[in-house]
Amino acid sequence: MADTAHTAHGSSEGESRRDFLLYATTAVGVVGAGLAVWPFIHSMNPAADVLALSSTEVDLSPVAEGQAITVTWRGKPVFVRHRTAEEIEMARSTDVSELRDPQTDEERVKKPEWLIAIGICTHLGCVPLGQKPGEPKGEFGGYFCPCHGSHYDTSGRIRKGPAPLNLPVPGYEFIEDQRIVIG
Amino acid sequence: MSELNTNNPALKWLEARLPIVSFVDHSLGSKYPAPKNLSYWWNFGSLAGIVLVIMILSGVFLAMNYTAHVDYAFNSVERIMRDVNYGWLIRYIHMNGASMFFIVVYIHIFRGLYYGSYKPPREVLWWLGLVIMLLMMATAFMGYVLPWGQMSFWGATVITNLFSAFPVVGDYIVTLLWGGFSVDNPTLNRFFALHFLLPFVLVGVVILHIWALHQAKSNNPLGIDMKGPNDAIPFHPYYTIKDLYGLGVFMMFFMFFVFWAPNYMGHPDNYIPADPMVTPAHIVPEWYFLPFYAILRAVPDKLGGVLLMFAAILVLAALPWLDTSKVRSAAFRPIYKWFFWLFAVDAVVLGYIGAMPAEEPYVTIGQIATAYYFFHWIVLLPLIGWFEKPRPLPESISAAARKGKAEPAPLTNNLGTTEKA
Repeated sequence: MADTAHTAHGSSEGESRRDFLLYATTAVGVVGAGLAVWPFIHSMNPAADVLALSSTEVDLSPVAEGQAITVTWRGKPVFVRHRTAEEIEMARSTDVSELRDPQTDEERVKKPEWLIAIGICTHLGCVPLGQKPGEPKGEFGGYFCPCHGSHYDTSGRIRKGPAPLNLPVPGYEFIEDQRIVIG
Repeated sequence: MSELNTNNPALKWLEARLPIVSFVDHSLGSKYPAPKNLSYWWNFGSLAGIVLVIMILSGVFLAMNYTAHVDYAFNSVERIMRDVNYGWLIRYIHMNGASMFFIVVYIHIFRGLYYGSYKPPREVLWWLGLVIMLLMMATAFMGYVLPWGQMSFWGATVITNLFSAFPVVGDYIVTLLWGGFSVDNPTLNRFFALHFLLPFVLVGVVILHIWALHQAKSNNPLGIDMKGPNDAIPFHPYYTIKDLYGLGVFMMFFMFFVFWAPNYMGHPDNYIPADPMVTPAHIVPEWYFLPFYAILRAVPDKLGGVLLMFAAILVLAALPWLDTSKVRSAAFRPIYKWFFWLFAVDAVVLGYIGAMPAEEPYVTIGQIATAYYFFHWIVLLPLIGWFEKPRPLPESISAAARKGKAEPAPLTNNLGTTEKA
């Protein structure tokens, strides 16, 4: 039965028609499989309720000068530091051209006294020290990551160690004088 | 075992170290000889395997978003439906996939019953199939508990209470199953763990099932053995393409339910969170359990009903000996053929009775149908085998094909066994 099926359509026209069917079927199958796989992969992306939690409101009024608080935004720590005049001066007097990830302090803050940065080391994701009094602040008075020894300055910029980038600044707005919304 | 026919150096390299390419080729490929007369009823085995894969894949993605705790389970399922990207699709595939799995497997079983696929030398193959069915039932039952709706909770309560029917040890067994004194958080946790585990056990038994199949080779609509190369064609490409075609048709049926009637086979009560204080007015199992549920309720005695329900499945394991006919295929059994269809009707009647409330006339009909269920297997099947005169079997599969249709050739041997006439 198998043999007769082949010999009966042995002409070149028959072969090409069969090839066309094979390629067309395979192509439709591949596209179909891709379309079927996508919902499963996409289901692993953030769900609607996770995306809905993407903004955090912070009241800054209890944070006195020189103090810092850490808030949670999208499950990540955000450093909020009320900088002293000395710390602002340190951040602004730095020569930007010497930095690994050049950014001026003005680009990184909306109000000079408030530094707001995501507290996750850009090396491998540890949370740097330096928020609480008594914790090491590193050689540049900002933050020190205990995992692999990255030093950040008072603007959260990388100064020394393996991390490649400054601590990222999240999108935020001052909705009142002493109140911000992150995200 | 012949060598692998390939010029691909990478495949040759792999083959010399791990002969997996030729293994697959011998198992599901061009080196596996299949009877050349398999009908579409033979599509359902591979379909069942594919549905199992779909169930495991969709189940793993559901498990990524499910919380097995009485306080969170219901809401985590609702979150899958509303918030998780395509969560509704994955859940509806899984929900309806369970029904599809039973539809496919029940057809597969009835095909085996009609064509005598349980007869020598396929008894172990048949038993492994029954083990697969029992594992499927356990897995489906525990999966239905996970959303923690009203039907989940009360289904779990009723089914676990079946074991309380056993004298002396019954209550201890039920307490053990529950991990407490009622269906509660420990029950839900263990059901989730087992619901995740059992499908992989199923895969293992399916591999044994296929292994046993490859030993005896496929049965076929004529019920006679392949007697030579003329009776066989290679599984690939002939049956791979036929199975793929059947898969396409089946997926249209499956996806119709997923997209247009996703809750048709479910119960609305399961969208009410579980409440241990209130039992729903009309509690019914999923459709695929209904015939067995009808048998359970046919007996006005607690232990008797439970035993009879288990016996309804266990009796199938004895079919290789209860069926005394030497002829496998019902196509050549003029009497059995009719009783096969009568049994199929009986099974549907039992399913219908299982869905009806426990009142007259359903109780009496259910008792008659239950009696007939066992009468068919234990009395009719052995007797028909003795008294029936089978129609003559064709000399071979290819001989039947030459005649244009599956009409028997002149009688040479009506034993249906392998010896040549």
